[in-house]
Amino acid sequence: MSIWKTFKNGIIDENPTLRLVLGTCPTLAVTTSAFNALGMGISTTAVLIGSNLMVSLLRKFIPAKVRIPAYVTIIAGFVTIVQLLLKAYVPALDQALGIFIPLIVVNCIILARAETFASKNPPLASIIDGLGMGLGFTGALLIMGGFREILGNGSFFGLQLFGKAFSPALIMILPPGGFLAFGLLIGLVNQFSSIKVKPSGCAGCDGHCRKLLGKEG
Amino acid sequence: MIQNIITAFLAAVLIENFVLVKFLGICPFLGVSKKTETALGMGLAVIFVMTVASGVTWLVQEYILKLFHLQYLQTISFILVIAALVQFVELVIQKTSQALYQALGVYLPLITTNCAVLGVCIINIQKGFDLLNAVLYGAFAGVGFTLAIVLFAGIRERLEFSDIPESLQGFPISLISASLVSLAFFGFQGLIK
Repeated sequence: MSIWKTFKNGIIDENPTLRLVLGTCPTLAVTTSAFNALGMGISTTAVLIGSNLMVSLLRKFIPAKVRIPAYVTIIAGFVTIVQLLLKAYVPALDQALGIFIPLIVVNCIILARAETFASKNPPLASIIDGLGMGLGFTGALLIMGGFREILGNGSFFGLQLFGKAFSPALIMILPPGGFLAFGLLIGLVNQFSSIKVKPSGCAGCDGHCRKLLGKEG
Repeated sequence: MIQNIITAFLAAVLIENFVLVKFLGICPFLGVSKKTETALGMGLAVIFVMTVASGVTWLVQEYILKLFHLQYLQTISFILVIAALVQFVELVIQKTSQALYQALGVYLPLITTNCAVLGVCIINIQKGFDLLNAVLYGAFAGVGFTLAIVLFAGIRERLEFSDIPESLQGFPISLISASLVSLAFFGFQGLIK
């Protein structure tokens, strides 16, 4: 696959949030404002690029049997780096995202990319893949965050858009609004694209999900 | 004491439901909720792992990380402890009780990447719970997860037979129904003051 194709794959063709429906927890939880969504997107992208690079560099050395624990350790290492950086330089964002920063470790997108892409491809392609996937994730979060912030708070990146007469639909920045916005967004993507969203919640986690879903369906 | 436990139970299960209010464990909530029985199986496995993981990670934090001033290794050590614990629990169940293994076995590997488990362990430390409270909170949060996933599976079984616009079939309609369930749980806000 060419570099451009790898890059585009993450943003459009296999958008992790809107196409594969991975990493749903942060997508719902931190998108109460566009700023939080952007912060989460960038943090995840950083971890994704780092872990993809590391997994790709080590792909010939990690024995197949212990690869999942090895990947998880690598990912957790990068998450800790991001966590400490945020605490030191952007404490406001650290406060807003709270527990969802350490929880980047269990974001299915990252493990899925390590397993399906970085473990089979050279470092440069893996970095590009991480960047593409990360930007795809960030973009989807920004759409969610913007949509919810505009409707639920009448603002975008903290900037008030409407006059005082506008009474915001508070429900959109509360948990029910998160589910609703995400459902409608995936519905819209389905409506305007020829390919359907692949029907599995966590297709990436170890492949155990697929086994289970096969058994269930 | 008893009153405190009941309050904590209501808070963790209804008011701050892990799935519907805190958005933890959405992956299995959407992925394993097609049938009520599988949802119940997953729920029981999660209760079990969350309870044990809460206790073990509390001990790790208190007697290893704090003692050697290694708190910055929290994320790495917790996720490894949980992964190892899940493997260990799976082995023990497989050796001791075939019936239980049949019921919970397939769900156990999934639980490692369930963010509700790591989430509850971190919240325990953040809230400064002691060992007993941490274990109780883990169990109650698991019960909340089970309640949400079983209720939701019941709704999805009905959705199978309803007439839904093509572009909303599958995930989108599930999410929109989850929004309504979440709205219903919002009614519990203010139950305890």
